[in-house]
This record gives sequence, structure tokens and C-alpha cells, in this order.
Amino acid sequence: MSLALHEVRVTLGGRTILSDIHLTLERGRLIGLVGPNGAGKTSLLRVLAALVAPARGRVTLDGRALADLHRDERARRIAALFQGAGVGWPMTVREVVALGRLPHRHAFAGLSDADQAAVARAMARTDVGHLAGRTEPTLSSGERMRALLARALAVEAEWLLADEPVTALDPAHQLDAMAMLRAASRDGAGVVAVLHDLALAARFCDRIVVLSGGRLVADGQPEEALTDSLLARVFGVTAERGAAADGTRYILPWARSGATKEKSDGVIFPG
Amino acid sequence: MNAPVRAIADPISRRPDTPRVHRAVVAVLGVAVLALTFASVAIGYAPFDVPAAFADIVAGRTTLPAMVLWELRIPRALLGGLVGFSLGLTGAAMQGYLRNPLADPGVLGISSAAALGAVLVFYGGLSAGFSLALPLGGIAGAGVAALLLNALAARGTSTLGLILAGVALSSLAGALTALALNLSPNPYAALEIVFWLMGSLSDRSMDHVLLCLPLMVLGWGLMLSTGSALDALTLGEDTAASLGVNLVSVRLRLVTGAALAVGSGVAVSGAIGFVGLVVPHLMRPLVGARPGAVLLPSGLAGAVLVLAADIGVRLLATRPELKLGVVTALVGAPFLIVLLLRNRGGRA
Repeated sequence: MSLALHEVRVTLGGRTILSDIHLTLERGRLIGLVGPNGAGKTSLLRVLAALVAPARGRVTLDGRALADLHRDERARRIAALFQGAGVGWPMTVREVVALGRLPHRHAFAGLSDADQAAVARAMARTDVGHLAGRTEPTLSSGERMRALLARALAVEAEWLLADEPVTALDPAHQLDAMAMLRAASRDGAGVVAVLHDLALAARFCDRIVVLSGGRLVADGQPEEALTDSLLARVFGVTAERGAAADGTRYILPWARSGATKEKSDGVIFPG
Repeated sequence: MNAPVRAIADPISRRPDTPRVHRAVVAVLGVAVLALTFASVAIGYAPFDVPAAFADIVAGRTTLPAMVLWELRIPRALLGGLVGFSLGLTGAAMQGYLRNPLADPGVLGISSAAALGAVLVFYGGLSAGFSLALPLGGIAGAGVAALLLNALAARGTSTLGLILAGVALSSLAGALTALALNLSPNPYAALEIVFWLMGSLSDRSMDHVLLCLPLMVLGWGLMLSTGSALDALTLGEDTAASLGVNLVSVRLRLVTGAALAVGSGVAVSGAIGFVGLVVPHLMRPLVGARPGAVLLPSGLAGAVLVLAADIGVRLLATRPELKLGVVTALVGAPFLIVLLLRNRGGRA
């Protein structure tokens, strides 16, 4: 029941993007993939989704090489949600969510009752039932994210890979989206999410994998992985830590490490 | 990941009627295509007893009415439907694939290449030799274009790369066509080429039908088989690939399908513009914007439009007869302008 990378190296256009990645992921957990810009997070996600073949090493799903899996079987077992993937045509939310059932359908066949039920389940989980008949351009960012997440959940795959699912959302919708991802993992899926917000990642994820410069630099529970020295070294920040009123621990990136104060550089802006 | 359904989906949003609406639209359009095909057979310049001529054909009598029916009327009606269906379907497939509402069947340069092929045959004087030389030249032109595009598509070129290749191919074929006209040894040949390029269905024979029918049917099959892949592609290539779509296969099927359908269409009828561009926009309000759902209705509506325009050309009875491509462009261009104005400021 695992998705694993064995000594994976990825090169794009001659440049090494990821090297020596050895990682085993288990289902039933929400795994946060964090790292500064250009660390290779999205590339790692694309390798897990079999969109990019590693130059060296292997990717395995329950011990079988991902590359040997038939396209349809892989699509049924690994769902992916990519950033910036809008909807090209003004399709209704229900039609968009139903796209998640494509890997389960036969050529030219319509939606079966099982497909309809899966679509209804996904829409109920993300609370988009009332949007079913709305077309994509009329949705707000939060509604669009929920509809696209419902599309990914409708696959009912063992694995859900999400690339920056909370970027461009307001705080309330960020919390909603993270809660939905965590709920999906509690239902038994393995959820891997690329995240930029370390506070959200630490609050919701069961496990944090930190990438820097194409290498894996930390891996563990949030408190173990996001140590002060790692935050300074990899992200160049210092963090405030504490306990929230409900007892959960929080980590809040607070200042750039090194630069102690925001001081005036003496330039006077003409008013 | 099979969580119990928390809320049983409410009855209103339970099952869309879209498949039923879709079937109804397809049925109505199908009947319209049949009716217009019969009308196209019945309507002509000379008063004509269709049932009697038909009886003659069935009885094997080679009377003049039977010959007119078999050699002129029926091929013209069949070609109208076939070419129209090809244009409508290809337009819908190209718009869906390129995710661009302004894409048309000629966007990949296949129509221009087919026209060039036919013009070269014309120019070489081969068309005087036997009647199918012209369409065969057109098909050869489309075939060369399809090979070039497929070579590019198989290498995993992006959608944008494919569009740019199409634009380049179109310009090159257009320039070479102009060159052929420029160097034309006598003005009458040039005039004939220009008239042919305007698109028409008059004076085509059953041989033309038999030549393009198998190619078109194959092309339709290839394009219709990409329906669900086109749906998935609305979410972008990465997401479509994660849903199990083989992107290279889809590209090859679309390029080959478009080349077969449109290439043979242009080869027998010349360039009939705007049908493939306009028809998908007419269908979306009826069947929804899902690209796969637009394919078949667009093909049928394309057939309706070309058959109707071809009947209109004969009813107007101007001398010389208006070219079909001129009529469809005259109707289509204002539509395009309205479309652009309506989309201004909004998302296209």
C-alpha cells in the first residue's frame, strides 16, 4: 500500500531537477511537500503522477513499477489536481466533476449508476451540490477550487496528488481546502499536496517532506521536519512557535533569518 | 476512499437531462439532413420528375432523367451532406482540442495544402486528362500536410507548436497557390483556378462521392473517437494525462482525421469557409459546452448548413451561379463579427 521513489533522478532539458530522491509514502495520511521556489516540488509530484519519467531510479506503486502499469489502471489509482488548470469551456460543475469518472468508463459509454453515485459523493464532500448547474466562468476562486477538487475526488483513487491546492484562496477557503484534503486521507487515500504556506502545512499535514535544490532535506512529522535550523537553512526564515487555544501546536514563519531589522536605506521618496 | 455519502444528492441535481437533450438535438438534425438531401435532389434548374427518374434507375433504363438524377442531382446532394458533416465535425474537434473558439477546420493548414495540391494538378494540365485528377491532387496535398503535422505531433510538440506549424503551413500553401496563379500561362486557366477555389458542388459525379466517402468516414471515426479525451483536455494536458488520456494518440487521431475528412472535402468541392467555424457555436447553446458532446451535432448541423446553402445557390439562380464558398462566407463573416463583439471583454 505504498507509493515509492527509489534513487530517482529527474532531468529536464539537460538540467538536473531532482536527484537521489528516496521516499516511501503510505496511504491514509496527508503528506505536505514543501520547499522554496524551484526546489523541484512540482516535478516530484509530476513524477509520482507518471507525467515525467525519471532519468534514473524507479517509481513503484505497491511494489510494481509505475511505468509498467496500464494507463487506465494508473489513472484509476492515482488522481492528480494541478495548479492553474482552469476549465477551457463553460461546462457545468457537474460535467467537470464527472470528468473524474473517465478512467472508469468504457469508450463511448455514458455514466453508469456507480459513476453517478461517485460524482454525487465527491460533490457532497466538497459541498458543491448547489453549484451543479452553474458554468465554470461564473464561479468564484473558492468555488472553482472546490469543483476541481471534487473532480479529483470523483476518481476515488487510492492516491490524490495536489499541486498548490490552496494558492490564491482566502484564509477561510484555505482552511476548508486543507480540511477536505485531510478528510480524504482519513477515508484511506494517500494525499500528497505541494504547499507554500508552512503554517498550514504544519497544522494539517501528518508528515512533511522538505525539498531544497532538487534534494530531499527533511522528512517527518511537522515539528520534527521543520526545525529552526532547517527553516533558516532552506527557507531563510525564523519562525514563531506556540500552542493555539485548542492545544494544537503552530509554526509561523516570522522574519527573514540574517536580516535582523527592516531598516531604512535612507532613500527619500518624493511625496 | 469510499466514504459513506453524507448527504444523499438532492433530487433536483440528481441526474441531468443533458443526454436526453443531446439525443433529441441529434435526432432533429438527422431528420433535417435527410429532408434537405431529398430537397436537394428534387430542386434544380430544370423542372424534373424525380419519382419517374428514380423508377427508371431502379428498372435499369438509361433515360435522360435517370442520368440527370444519377450523374448530377444525387452526387451533388450527397456531397453537400458529406462535405458539410466533415466541416462541422472537424471545426468542433479543432475548437475542442485547441481550446479556442476561433479555430476552424483549416487551422492546421490542411485545407490550404489540399487546395494547393488541386491547383498544382490544374496547373500541370492533368485535370484535362481525367476527371478525378483534381480531387486526387487535393487529397495528395492534404496527405503531405498530414504527414508533416503528424511527424511534429508524434514528437510530443505542444498544442501551441501545432497551431504555429499549421499557420506556417497555411501561409506556405497560400503563397505557392498564388505563385501558381502568378505564373499561369493563360488568363483563362488562372480564372478557372480562382473559381474552383471558391468552392462549389455543381457538376460533380458519383466518382467524386465514391472517392471521398471512405476517406471521410474513416476521418469521422478517428475524430469522434477522441470525444472523451477532448472533454478531459478542457482541464489542461497534465490533468488529461492523469485521467489516462494518451495525448500523442489523441493528437495523431485528430490530425489524421481532419486531414482525411477536410482534405478529401476540399479536394472534391474547393474551399467552403466558415461552416466549421460557425456551426459549433450554434450547437453549444443547445447541447452544452462539453467538447465531446458538441462533435456529432456539429457534424449534422454542418451538413444541414451546406445542403441549405447549396439549395439556396440554385434557387437564387444568378448567372453565373453563386459559388457555395462565397455564400457561406457571406453568411458566416457577419456571424464571426457578432461573436467577437459579444466576447469582447469576456472570456472567449
